[in-house]
Amino acid sequence: MKKLFGKPESLTTVNHKYCPGCGHGIVHRLIAEVIDELGVREKTIGIAPVGCAVFAYDYWNFDVTEASHGRPPAVATGIKRVLPDRVVFTYQGDGDLAAIGMAETIHAANRGENITVIFINNAIYGMTTGQMAPTSLLGMKTTTTPFGREAKIAGYPIKVSELLVTLEGTTYLARGAVDSAKHVLEAKKAIKKAFEIQLSGKGYSLVEILSQCPPNWKMSVPESLEYVRKEMMTQFPLGVIKDKTGMTV
Amino acid sequence: MKQLMKGSAALGEGAIQAGGGAYFGYPITPQNELTEYMSRRMLEERRVFIQAESELAAINMVFGASVAGARAMTSSSSPGVSLKQEGISYMAGCELPGLIVNVQRGGPGLGNISGSQADYFQAVRGGGHGDYQVIVLTPASVQEMYEMPSMAFSLSEKYRTPALILTDGILAQMQEPMELVKINAARSGDQSWILDGCKGRAPRKIRSLLMEEGALEAHNRHLQKKYIEIKNKEQRYQLINEQAEIMLVAYGVSARVCYTAVQEANRKGLKVGLLRPITVWPFPEKIIQELVPQVKAFLVIELSAGQMVEDVNLAVNGKTPVYFYGRAGGACVTPEEVIKEIGKI
Ligand SMILES: Cc1ncc(C[n+]2csc(CCOP(=O)(O)OP(=O)(O)O)c2C)c(N)n1
Ligand code: SF4
Ligand SMILES: [Mg+2]
Repeated sequence: MKKLFGKPESLTTVNHKYCPGCGHGIVHRLIAEVIDELGVREKTIGIAPVGCAVFAYDYWNFDVTEASHGRPPAVATGIKRVLPDRVVFTYQGDGDLAAIGMAETIHAANRGENITVIFINNAIYGMTTGQMAPTSLLGMKTTTTPFGREAKIAGYPIKVSELLVTLEGTTYLARGAVDSAKHVLEAKKAIKKAFEIQLSGKGYSLVEILSQCPPNWKMSVPESLEYVRKEMMTQFPLGVIKDKTGMTV
Repeated sequence: MKQLMKGSAALGEGAIQAGGGAYFGYPITPQNELTEYMSRRMLEERRVFIQAESELAAINMVFGASVAGARAMTSSSSPGVSLKQEGISYMAGCELPGLIVNVQRGGPGLGNISGSQADYFQAVRGGGHGDYQVIVLTPASVQEMYEMPSMAFSLSEKYRTPALILTDGILAQMQEPMELVKINAARSGDQSWILDGCKGRAPRKIRSLLMEEGALEAHNRHLQKKYIEIKNKEQRYQLINEQAEIMLVAYGVSARVCYTAVQEANRKGLKVGLLRPITVWPFPEKIIQELVPQVKAFLVIELSAGQMVEDVNLAVNGKTPVYFYGRAGGACVTPEEVIKEIGKI
């Protein structure tokens, strides 16, 4: 009998601590599936962030290190430069990647480090329970924007993928979502392509995933999925933002 | 064969001869010569060199390179080393080896660019957050600048904790005859924690986050046990005139000033000696305790407002008078000033 669905080898059996409806668990699985399909589990080194995904090292069944908040791109740089034939990726939230770690993000991209960055944009600080993120939408109520994010006080949501486009060091930038089966499949294709680019030595790839955080958005799971579709996708349109390879997905 | 070499270049070459595989730095005076030296030599040797975007990035690149099994290092001067403290704490927590060089300059704040010894507390008291220690070595000559990286790498690997070479702008910029002696480049310690892909073994995880009940306390107990072992086994020092009645205590550049002062004092018939700590963490407290019965007074000389003197006081524990003379803000002590202070005892 052919097995149609099962646990990827790149995932452990440890139960996730994520909230019901959270996007993190889905993306963990997509990464694990891609790593299995590419047959690179035994040469992959992942970098877990500080954020809700801090426990990612317990969930992936390959080598994983932690990094301090915002510094995964620098840690990845150190690993990849020492071991250029390994597959090195970071997994980062919006606070980690686009606030405290923005300098490391931009400079790793600008050096064209041959690494893959998986960027979970949930427009909120999940782990610290719901403060404003650099990607929080205007008007969004968070625990530190109780009256809604106002540009005059807190600036504008950062479009990270678009921001990185002008850097010559970036090879592949794409944005996906995990709100529906269709988008999940597309997101997986983008993740796979990003890893393939790294494997062929073509340089820096980043896949931004719009991800729902129902508890901190103060929404039910269905409401949060609607919010991703209606509000997040308007501000952060899905699709390939840059592709220097000419490879098709 | 002896040759003239600058302190910073000697340290860089020493790290390369010791098998340093990856260097990450960010410009700051007075340690730029080291970064510049490495930018050329590391590429010649086909090793990793990156001018990082900040000291934060540099120490986290060291973290990554160390995770991947390289002998990794960074260097900076005081303000930049302040920025590295979070990363050093993570390395201590994750039990990663690595080398940090602090070419100290005057502080606080932006201070100035003169040599100084004002970062002693930062170096030996942990510096960053949490209960941890780094091994701190202090060279006092260009020869030692060359030989110390090898010692730092091996101690740091043996005990799986970062090592710091605490030097200053004067030693780094000084030229002196030295010999490019053969350096030991053999890696030491257990390596079964390195992340290089889980081929043929179980996946490895490197982490300092320990949330399970009691796990972090147990980890801290393990770290403290290791620090006690280092304290017991690795105290290093140089002692000149062990029969002295007045014992100067100084490290690095101020020890150089004290050499001259000791010679001058001995010529005058004064029984003056010098204890030069080579490791300042672990601090050589055992030899100080041994010296207590015979020494009438200790005189601690530093280019700071008085930091190492606290460790001397802790070791002496009130049994012998301890005097201090120092100059802060990047000013240097002269041998004449030391002689004058000896005269006051
Ligand atoms: C230096 C430092 N500053 C602040 C924190 C606290 N902190 C932990 S996670 C986090 C933000 C997490 O948000 P994000 O990166 O978006 O990840 P998410 O939890 O939303 O997935 C913050 C501020 C920290 N751990 N370290
Ligand atoms: S707080 Fe949000 S991001 Fe964190 S686990 Fe829960 S749903 Fe996911
Ligand atoms: Mg977030």
